[in-house]
Amino acid sequence: MELFDLRGHRQHADRAFRWGALGAAAVVLVVLALIAITMTDRARPVLGEMGLDFFTTTKWSVPTNTYGALGFIYGTLYTALIAISLAVPISFGVALFITQVAPRPLRKLLVYVIDLLAVVPSVVFGLWGLLVMAPALGLHASFFTAGIILAIMITPIITSLSREVIETTPATDKEAALALGATRWEMITATVWPHSKGGLVGAVMLGLGRAMGETIAATLVIGNTVNITASPFAPGYSMPTVIANEFGEAEPLHKSALIALAVTLFVITIAVNLVATWVVQRSMRRSGGK
Amino acid sequence: MTAIDLRAKRSWRSTKSQLVTGLMIAAVVAIFIPLAAVLWSLVERGGGIVVAAFPDFFTEEIPQFSRRAGPGMGPAVVGTLLATGAATVMAVPLGVLGAVYLHEYGGKDRFARVVRFMATVMTGVPSIVMGLFIYLMWTIRFGFSAFGGALALACLMLPVVIGSAEQMLRLVPNHLREASYALGATRSRTILTVVLPAAIPGIVSGCLLAIARAAGETAPLLFAVGAAKAFNTSVFHEANTALSVQIFGNAMDVPAAQARAWGAALTLVLLTFLLTLSARLITGRFAMKR
Repeated sequence: MELFDLRGHRQHADRAFRWGALGAAAVVLVVLALIAITMTDRARPVLGEMGLDFFTTTKWSVPTNTYGALGFIYGTLYTALIAISLAVPISFGVALFITQVAPRPLRKLLVYVIDLLAVVPSVVFGLWGLLVMAPALGLHASFFTAGIILAIMITPIITSLSREVIETTPATDKEAALALGATRWEMITATVWPHSKGGLVGAVMLGLGRAMGETIAATLVIGNTVNITASPFAPGYSMPTVIANEFGEAEPLHKSALIALAVTLFVITIAVNLVATWVVQRSMRRSGGK
Repeated sequence: MTAIDLRAKRSWRSTKSQLVTGLMIAAVVAIFIPLAAVLWSLVERGGGIVVAAFPDFFTEEIPQFSRRAGPGMGPAVVGTLLATGAATVMAVPLGVLGAVYLHEYGGKDRFARVVRFMATVMTGVPSIVMGLFIYLMWTIRFGFSAFGGALALACLMLPVVIGSAEQMLRLVPNHLREASYALGATRSRTILTVVLPAAIPGIVSGCLLAIARAAGETAPLLFAVGAAKAFNTSVFHEANTALSVQIFGNAMDVPAAQARAWGAALTLVLLTFLLTLSARLITGRFAMKR
């Protein structure tokens, strides 16, 4: 009697599938490595020309080939800061309302609305900010106008992340607080807040990363003028917006300068995102969530 | 014996709690205002040109002279569909296969952990940086085309698809896999005929959300697809255009061009909402519950 070798072809196919899947997963590493290598390589000429002055001076003049990025870095951080301070109270308020106050049907509706707000394309918010919101509020293109639009765009992300964090608060803790006679607000400060602090900080930082990298909406409403001033109502400029405006018809060194800006933006947003992810995961793990 | 008046103190506490609840409701209202205002502006300003010139708005070419009033966004609709479609064809199979590796094979080994971490990093890459990267890798060599835009969008979608697909695979109960092995199925056959079919509704809905986001992106397309005004149904050849790029380009132009931008914005928002709502519908009806 002949023995059947059940492994034969099946095993080959099995192994091929495994390697195929591994290859697909490895694409992420390849793309990220390519981004890092090509971008830093193309940024080198301007850094060779300008040295550290690239990061510490504000003069950005194409005809004289002088490229100082500080004005754009300042604008990026300033608009992101405005956006965060507007978006955080609203996001936390909505997240608390959804998790602690709203009856179930309303909760579902609100989650839906936030989902929709999250998929409205950024260019549509830009168009609306430029042609409807700014004239209606009597605003000109400025740090503040860009900050408002960015705030609208990051509110859904911060809201849904903080909702997830807050939902991991154990029901027994909350019930215990209520049973001791705490009001709803006292219950929130005594149980929800200490439980979710870390995760909420992470959610805010992820929103911050998103606000700094957002390009198109800000390009339409920021004013496109290099400006380092504390006044939020002055026109400004930021890293992603200057890339969007100037890259199309840039000469080689100018292109290199814009790519160096992109690398700077990349490094800052990645750093913020990594810290945020780490904070969220740590707090989720500690609180027994997923 | 004097009676202790518990009410007086309690009433201040409950007032405070109610005050905070009021603030939460205010936050909910605040989140509704921009969404409602944007939708209203879209219908008011974009509805006219789309409906009055139906179906010309979708079938006519974009006027050569932006001063000319009237319809024409057909090429942009085609370009958006081509770029987003090609990006989906690349990113979805790759992402799902990558997620299969991470969850079914890799689990907690070092390679899987590194890929998971890098996928998180990749979701944080600003879209304008992705646009420049594809410009340097592709456009510089092969010129403008819908495919260049699709590459950039695929890079943005990939980590999102991997993340959501892996979460869905995690929800597939282990006893299904064990039952399949017990019947003598190999690992790859188990994955293809048992695990993936069980997870597919959730995976589809996650992918639809990723596609909706990608369809609205502008920055990655800016330096990759070009700004054609005539129809171009080829994925690989010649400059193309997209709805988002047209909105961005026309936003600061003359009123006739701005009207077309509003029409394009309405079209784009309807497209993204449609994708989002069908994702929710699929999740609500077919997906496994956590």
